[in-house]
Amino acid sequence: MTALFASAATTIDVPHVDYLSILPMVIMLGGAVVLMVASSLVRRILGVSIGTWVAMATSLAALVAALVQWDHVRTHGPSVTVAGAIAFDGFAVFVQVTVAAAMLLTALVGDGYLKREGVEGPEFHVLAMVSASGAMMMGAANDLIVVFLGLEILSIALYVLAAFNHRRPQSGEGALKYFVLGGFSSAVFVYGIALTYGATGTTNLPQIADFLSRNVVASNGVLLGGMALLLVGFAFKVAAVPFHMWSPDVYEGSPSPVTGFMAAVAKAGAFAALLRVFVSSLVTVRVDWQPVVWMLALLSLVLGAVVALTQRDVKRMMAYSSINHVGFILLGVVAASPRGVSASLYYLFTYTFLVVGTFAVISVMGRPGDTGNRITDYRGLARRQPVMALAFAVLLLGQAGMPFTTGFLAKLEVIEASVADQGYTLAAVAMLSAAVAAFFYLRLAVTMFSPVGMEGDLADVGTAAAPGSANLPPVPVAGPADGVASLQVLTDAPPEAAVAARGRVPVPGLTAVAIGTCVAFSVVFGIFPGPVLDFARQATLLLA
Amino acid sequence: MLHVTYLIILLPLVGVGVQLVAGRRLGDPVAGWIGTAFVGASFLVSVGVYLDLLTVHAPVRTFTQDLWTWIPVDRLQVRAALYVDPLAMTMVLFVTGISALIHLYSIGYMHGDRDFSKFFLYLNLFVASMLILVLGNNLVMTFVGWEGVGTCSYLLVAFWFTRDSAASAGKKAFVYNRIGDAGFLVAIFLAYATVHTTDYQVIFAHLSEIGSANITAICLLLLVGVMGKSAQIPLFPWLADAMEGPTPVSALIHAATMVTAGVYLLCRVNPLLHASPSAALTVAIIGAATAFVAATIACAQQDIKKVLAYSTVSQLGYMFLAIGSGAYTAAIFLMVAHAFFKGLLFLGSGSVIHGLHDEQDLKRMGNLRRYLPVTFLTFAVGWLCLAAVPPLSGFWAKGDVLDNTWAAHPALWVVGIVTAGLTAYYMSRLTALAFFGSDRWKAAVPVDAHHDEPGAHHAEGPVGEPHESPWVMTLPLWILAAFAAVAGVMAIPNGQFNLGRWVDPVFGANLYANHLSGTALWVLGVVDAVVAVTFVAVGFHLWSRTAERPPLEGTFLRRSWYVNELYDAVLGRPAQRLAAFCSDVVDSKVVDGAVNGVAGLVKGSGSLLRRTQTGYVRNYVLGIVLGTVFVVGFMLTRLWWA
Repeated sequence: MTALFASAATTIDVPHVDYLSILPMVIMLGGAVVLMVASSLVRRILGVSIGTWVAMATSLAALVAALVQWDHVRTHGPSVTVAGAIAFDGFAVFVQVTVAAAMLLTALVGDGYLKREGVEGPEFHVLAMVSASGAMMMGAANDLIVVFLGLEILSIALYVLAAFNHRRPQSGEGALKYFVLGGFSSAVFVYGIALTYGATGTTNLPQIADFLSRNVVASNGVLLGGMALLLVGFAFKVAAVPFHMWSPDVYEGSPSPVTGFMAAVAKAGAFAALLRVFVSSLVTVRVDWQPVVWMLALLSLVLGAVVALTQRDVKRMMAYSSINHVGFILLGVVAASPRGVSASLYYLFTYTFLVVGTFAVISVMGRPGDTGNRITDYRGLARRQPVMALAFAVLLLGQAGMPFTTGFLAKLEVIEASVADQGYTLAAVAMLSAAVAAFFYLRLAVTMFSPVGMEGDLADVGTAAAPGSANLPPVPVAGPADGVASLQVLTDAPPEAAVAARGRVPVPGLTAVAIGTCVAFSVVFGIFPGPVLDFARQATLLLA
Repeated sequence: MLHVTYLIILLPLVGVGVQLVAGRRLGDPVAGWIGTAFVGASFLVSVGVYLDLLTVHAPVRTFTQDLWTWIPVDRLQVRAALYVDPLAMTMVLFVTGISALIHLYSIGYMHGDRDFSKFFLYLNLFVASMLILVLGNNLVMTFVGWEGVGTCSYLLVAFWFTRDSAASAGKKAFVYNRIGDAGFLVAIFLAYATVHTTDYQVIFAHLSEIGSANITAICLLLLVGVMGKSAQIPLFPWLADAMEGPTPVSALIHAATMVTAGVYLLCRVNPLLHASPSAALTVAIIGAATAFVAATIACAQQDIKKVLAYSTVSQLGYMFLAIGSGAYTAAIFLMVAHAFFKGLLFLGSGSVIHGLHDEQDLKRMGNLRRYLPVTFLTFAVGWLCLAAVPPLSGFWAKGDVLDNTWAAHPALWVVGIVTAGLTAYYMSRLTALAFFGSDRWKAAVPVDAHHDEPGAHHAEGPVGEPHESPWVMTLPLWILAAFAAVAGVMAIPNGQFNLGRWVDPVFGANLYANHLSGTALWVLGVVDAVVAVTFVAVGFHLWSRTAERPPLEGTFLRRSWYVNELYDAVLGRPAQRLAAFCSDVVDSKVVDGAVNGVAGLVKGSGSLLRRTQTGYVRNYVLGIVLGTVFVVGFMLTRLWWA
């Protein structure tokens, strides 16, 4: 190769590559490639288990590599590499760890799901690993082009994953919507990059910051337009209101393990890039973008919590719940301070465990064909499977922000960061929305612990608590997406289906390990928050 | 022994702990003996402290034991400290002594009760609370004991709470006391607001800083508290209902603890009362009125314990009359003497009730002197004491009060002497009905489950035959009878046991009665004696042969001047209507309406917002486009207003 370049008339300046800085994503991609090549080399279809073990080994290796990176950054300080395209700082490493952990847990959960659904082959894990490497790249990206690259690697693999259960029509429908809307938002994002380049003459993030600090461009329309479009692109990826509409449909349609992965990894990658671009590069013009992010946060907090109340499908409810969480994480972005960054990172990290664990339970509870996702299907779970019900309750309470779970500290950190930046209104709204959100988490938890066959259905639990709304007419089912069974349909369900829904669901061993890990993490680090909090606080940005 | 003063309180508290931990296991009667032992030990310590205090030079005969800082909040520094002076010492001695006897008596009385050990738990706590009240060196400490005795009285009056009447009597005692407590609390706040302390001695040292208006206000607010605790007009009806408790509880409440707390508190703050003549006059008038009203009610009651209950209210009225007349020593003298003979009378009536298998109706007794000789003999001592027949203690104590009243407020003396006649009359009526006349109890229905809980008492001998009580019950009777008879020695001038000389350092010796001539004192004494003997004779004559004299038992008196009905109509029912209004309208409509309204709003808006989720990609794209336009448009506005 070198000889080839040397003989060419023009020399190509090969940038120096610090391989340690990209080691986790190289490992991820490598694992995916090896698995895919291996599956094409053998004659028979590779078993799911092989894919699972390769994915687990790969994720573990990536995790270890990330920890080695952490040590390196701690001792040698942050640096840039690959011609300034990749940042090698604590922030990047933190994202690598988060994504690798999410990938590991998803591999465990996916194994049981794939076997139950009878999906053969290693493609699920290949795609997940590719997608994870995209998220890692977004976390380390130090150039808008690299951000876009990571975004596309992440997204395209996710489009396919969303459609993975081809026997389920909703899966394909959700994936198609995701693909169309995702392509649309990617186009907006690229346009944003172009405008930003036009305004600053570079796509390199430190250089943009440098440019902005040297030139007073307070009212540069091109830059403002670029920032607006970049924000829209990110807001779509993280599903912030009003760019969230895809997420309930996609969350509901996707296989449950994919939904968990999507909620954890896509958010981690997109938020990482959002934080790096806006809080470190565009921080000098933050008065321009802060109001927009403020509004996104406010809308996400309110709409996510309020609409989740009316959902009867657990996965849709979790979609809105994740929109609510996005609002919280945006609090840290609005604050635009080192404290806000570390609070957002901490939130992302702990949310990863909570949401992957939650969707692990949901994928188990879904039964073959993902049919058991109504909230009513969880009635009496505590009697049938007390351990799983307890684990799920802990995860839900963690999401609700119950003290002694990581969820509480995460909410506390972002709210504190917001208050420290005088964002009192947003902090107050966040707390109120947490109170509203607690209702639907607790409603699900209470359902699990209430006996089967009790008079009054889950919808009634809601109305019983709010008799004032009892006289409201039921919302007509509009369109295919909200084709949620009404109360009438539930009670008219054929008896054999009801009986089937009441039996125990088998819990695959690896899934149980994943759920246990998530619960243990959320409780242990909720009670002893020191290590993870310190980790997040030291995960500083290169420029911040 | 002074430095172990804290033990006086600690010992009954340890008793509470023991009963709490092991009471049920110890059971009947061991738990009772242990409870008695702790209070008895507390009495012995008190005696030791008393002997030590005697060695201190009289004018400075006080001792403060500072235990720890209890409430250190900015300027509010409340110390957990005990204050011993002759007044407190007198209280401690008779509280512990009489309580110990009542504990002993209870071992017999409560024998066989299901909650035997719980009873002693409450009794110990009662005594401990009373001692905190007495020994506290500041208003807050006193208030702790004050609330403690209030709580214990509630627990003990409602001890047989499965009976509706007992449960509601307990509630009544509690509510009436709460009304008084509110006054006490405000008095504490006012004292703190003016002198920034709750310590008695500091307050007394800064009287001039408080100002006369504030002093009067504090006194009157304390009086409100005291009215509740000591059952004075208008807060007296609870004490009669408190008879629903087991008889030893009645004895404890009436003789040693609880009701005397109010008298003690007013004596404790005597410098305040002394500085406010109008407040003192109020106390005297309330006392006289209460004494008279309660005495008239006692004349017509049919329940042996109710007669005694109203007599207590009446005697407390005398004590207030004395305090209002500035005769604190007389009040304390009457309180101590009253503690002896009222304790004696209650325990005696308990013995009667016990012997008759829970019969409390005087009309169903009669001629019991034949069957309960010990009870009769000791009861007779109590009868003549309360009737103030010379030379028993009651004569000297009441005489002391009346002498001072004559000197201070002659008009109130008239009320006092009339009441003295009524007192002699109703006590003779009581004794004649119970112990003389024919054996009316034979005609009475079998006594099963008539009043006290079945199984609460054992039956000795044939059912329905009165029987004398066991020695644990009669021994306290003998001891109390002896003390009641000779307590008059405290009145002997310059004598070894002269109460006046002992407590004068606390009160100062400037009494109105000191200005009376020797002749006047003699005349007053003779008048007292004549009134007492005459009305004892009248009462005995009227009631020893027959139990039915309707003209003398008017409905108005039997219904206690319709006070209960009045309170019910004026306060009870309107309050209930208000509560019903709050519950039915305010809570269910306004509060719940607001809560449900918010929930409905959230849910409704959720439902509305959900409609935007159509499921069509074209709508979603439109949403994104609109959002983008909005964001870009908003950003570009920065061009103008940046």
